[in-house]
Amino acid sequence: MMSDKLDIELIVNGEQIQQSVLVRTNLVDFLRDQVGLTGSHVGCEQGVCGACTVEVDGVMVRGCLMLAVQANGSTVTTIEGFAGNTTGKKLQNAFSEHNALQCGYCTPGMLASSIEYIDRGGSTDRDSIRQHLSGNYCRCTGYQAIVDAVASVIEITDAGINQSEGAST
Amino acid sequence: MKAPDFKYECPLTLDDALACLASDELDCQPLAGGQSLMPMMNLRLAGPEVIVDLNKLSELEFIYEEVSRVSIGSMVRYSALLASAIVRKHIPLFAKAVPHIAHEAIRNRGTIGGSVALADPAAEMPALLRALNASIILKSSSGSREIPADEFFIGVYDTALEQGELVHSISIPTADIDQRFGFYELARRHGDYAMAGVAISASSINPYVGLRIVFFSVGDHALRATDAEAVLEGQIYSDAVLDKAKDALASLEFNEDMNASEATKAHLAGVVMQRALAGMNAENT
Repeated sequence: MMSDKLDIELIVNGEQIQQSVLVRTNLVDFLRDQVGLTGSHVGCEQGVCGACTVEVDGVMVRGCLMLAVQANGSTVTTIEGFAGNTTGKKLQNAFSEHNALQCGYCTPGMLASSIEYIDRGGSTDRDSIRQHLSGNYCRCTGYQAIVDAVASVIEITDAGINQSEGAST
Repeated sequence: MKAPDFKYECPLTLDDALACLASDELDCQPLAGGQSLMPMMNLRLAGPEVIVDLNKLSELEFIYEEVSRVSIGSMVRYSALLASAIVRKHIPLFAKAVPHIAHEAIRNRGTIGGSVALADPAAEMPALLRALNASIILKSSSGSREIPADEFFIGVYDTALEQGELVHSISIPTADIDQRFGFYELARRHGDYAMAGVAISASSINPYVGLRIVFFSVGDHALRATDAEAVLEGQIYSDAVLDKAKDALASLEFNEDMNASEATKAHLAGVVMQRALAGMNAENT
């Protein structure tokens, strides 16, 4: 069979991208190999580990379970794009302060899922954080430090809001 | 691994999709949310010649309220089900159960129709639809038909779907005020495949009337426990009644999987049923 290729056009981290891609290529391989954004990791390639989590049109998805051609016309944000995002920056610092990573393989996916949780107003309740991150596997940390890091960002953000409210009255 | 090569079709209308599927020269596989088919392709368990991508068919992304029913298009994603005010109001069992289906990133892509068409024995949706007495509307280039969920799910990945047919929508009776719903699943961690699970609906529960008790992840498809339903009919919740209902589960055909033997599955079915019924009882008081 001839390998089918299609031309696609999408916005990745704010940049317009036009490329020709094999229809069988999944989104995360396209982002890594053709766009050169190697921040998203490829773990299990079956939707279980969450290392490939990226944002497509405002929602987090598994980059290994979507074809690149399906992202034609979409807006995609990868971990490189989240690095400039306020929550993303706070989380990066918190992960480093709390030793919430060792090998770092799961980290881009962990950060992406955590950003989604925090930006949606998730609480500091440890069970809720664990439940939200249950689709991201970490084989090093035992999750404790990751939950600490996510909770700390929410606490600091909440404290900041309370303080500025206090100052204005 | 990576998916094998295939030809990619991305129809923009349902009619075009059905025309693609009607051609029997090639092995055509509809692609809905891709949260099961894509892993199967990546693992080389599936290798269709043609992928017919349904993701541009916005005409299958509806949730309508009808007279005493809710109609849900097959391309509605789990996240959209959870966000829908119509679903929250009229299908309380979904509000209870859908958060247990996989993880956020999967629910953002996975569709109700995809889960129905695949009929994974471990999936929640077939059991939910049997418990709700839903029906499945199928379309092909030559017409459409409606099949009760009780008759649709046949075996492991096996349904009443025929070559060239597509799941168009799901029709679910709206809950009435006396109806009660229960759901419980045992999984190693939240969102993982269940080791055993159950979905229950009842016209009323004190005493039990019109129960539908449907298990998933214990047999080759969503299993309805009609014998246990008969034992409970007309009874009031008590330990003795629950024990009798558990004994009545012996008539079901349990299957082992890589995590648990047939005997363990049979035991866990009793456990999840008891917990779901206890939950319904607690909510009612």
